[in-house]
Amino acid sequence: MPDMIDLQHVNKWYGQYHALNDVTNQVKKGEVVVVCGPSGSGKSTMIRTLNRLEPIQGGRIFVNGEDIHAVGRDINVLRAGIGFVFQQFNLFPHLSARENVMLSPLKVAGMTKAEASELAAGLLEKVGLGHRIDSMPAQLSGGQQQRVAIARALAQKSPLILFDEPTSALDPEMVGEVLSVMKQLAAEGMTMVVVTHEMGFAQEVADRIWFMDAGQILEDSLPAEFFSNPQHPRARKFLSDVLEPRGAATLPY
Amino acid sequence: MDFQLSFLLSADVLPLLFKGMATTVRLFACAWVLGMLVALLLVGLRAVPWRWLDWLVAVFVEYHRNVPTVVQIMVWYFGMPEILPRDIKLWINRGDTEFLFAMIALALNASAFFAEDIRSGMRTVPHTQLEAARSIGLSAFGALWHVILPQALRISVPPLINRALILFKDTSLAMAIGVVEMTYQTKAIENLTFRSMEVFVAATLFYLVASLVLMALGAWFNQRFPPAHKG
Ligand SMILES: Nc1ncnc2c1ncn2[C@@H]1O[C@H](COP(=O)(O)OP(=O)(O)OP(=O)(O)O)[C@@H](O)[C@H]1O
Ligand SMILES: [Mg+2]
Repeated sequence: MPDMIDLQHVNKWYGQYHALNDVTNQVKKGEVVVVCGPSGSGKSTMIRTLNRLEPIQGGRIFVNGEDIHAVGRDINVLRAGIGFVFQQFNLFPHLSARENVMLSPLKVAGMTKAEASELAAGLLEKVGLGHRIDSMPAQLSGGQQQRVAIARALAQKSPLILFDEPTSALDPEMVGEVLSVMKQLAAEGMTMVVVTHEMGFAQEVADRIWFMDAGQILEDSLPAEFFSNPQHPRARKFLSDVLEPRGAATLPY
Repeated sequence: MDFQLSFLLSADVLPLLFKGMATTVRLFACAWVLGMLVALLLVGLRAVPWRWLDWLVAVFVEYHRNVPTVVQIMVWYFGMPEILPRDIKLWINRGDTEFLFAMIALALNASAFFAEDIRSGMRTVPHTQLEAARSIGLSAFGALWHVILPQALRISVPPLINRALILFKDTSLAMAIGVVEMTYQTKAIENLTFRSMEVFVAATLFYLVASLVLMALGAWFNQRFPPAHKG
């Protein structure tokens, strides 16, 4: 399988702080990669460089063969081919669920209103919100808003969706509904990079796990390996913190 | 002093009053529309990351905020013809020069305030909205137009209504260069007839009703487009 994402020696600094340290890795088409690691390790920074929400100072990033950070590329066209789902949903509060989903098809892809509306209705149906099509974001629960956000990303018809902690802002009882939509996408062959602490999701859905710390990908392994036999001491510490906060040494297998 | 309503309603006076009112409303409407267009342009220009452009817009805004409005009108009326090429000057002079220059001066003056009000509204829209808009492929301008401005304008409506009220009152300054709007007309009728009480009551009522109409429009807008709540 060809690469969907190809990170080559990516370096990024915030002032003096080395936020991404020579990150090199690939994601193949159709793969689901879960990114985990302690707070401040650079997960958000890394995923946000993939659609150039953050600039980089060294290295190159190819998405679907396109050099994302090349000068002179039409970044709007490139971004239109990459879905992005935020922790805080970031729906447009002045637009209904349907209008949120329609915006990119209408204004970026140049669909007609009728086409975009039909597409939006279908996608909202798909994420289980067929009955809330004309609701405003403020009238929706967190889980529903995040599903609208996923539909909005799907409306870009991109082969790749990036998720930055999509369930971290949700009440526990709403995490499941969002994860099940994501599982469905994965099953349909969507390429996904997911920053999350939901280790159950990682085990079930991920093809690979990237463990990040201090701006580096310290470990890149199959979920079974990662959970049963983490190589790096910091990964072991992270896993025991996440899975068993009280320190008991049970792993989910 | 006896107040004669019949004087205001007489066939000599009433048409003159209506003419004054019509000119005031036309001046206001034209200046508002042009001012809003220029304000949106200014807001757009501020989004362009060129320092000198930012500086130019700042100078524009400061000039219009700090120089008396009546002076700005006179600068356009007496100053502009000096600068303009002769052909353009002749072409303009065939129309209603006073109205045109007063309208431009009032529009530019209002645009400076409109732009500031819209910008304060924009500051209340979180940065994450811009990120979300860009992430779906919208250009900087598209994000501004479809995502940031609609939210900012809802927040900006109360100050913008205030500003429209001031613009409405400021149309009376156009009398300084001879635009026959309501205040000019009132003064002219008073000069001829000495019925001060009647004409000034008429003018006062007119300005009062216009203000109430604008406020009602603002209330309607706020109800129709409520400021979006963050979910
Ligand atoms: N805009 C910024 N300016 C300066 N430093 C930043 C900025 N954004 C992030 N950082 C720093 O870069 C490091 C990595 O941040 P990042 O948000 O990528 O971490 P993260 O792994 O996503 O953490 P979390 O799990 O808390 O979301 C942190 O030390 C953070 O303080
Ligand atoms: Mg983060």
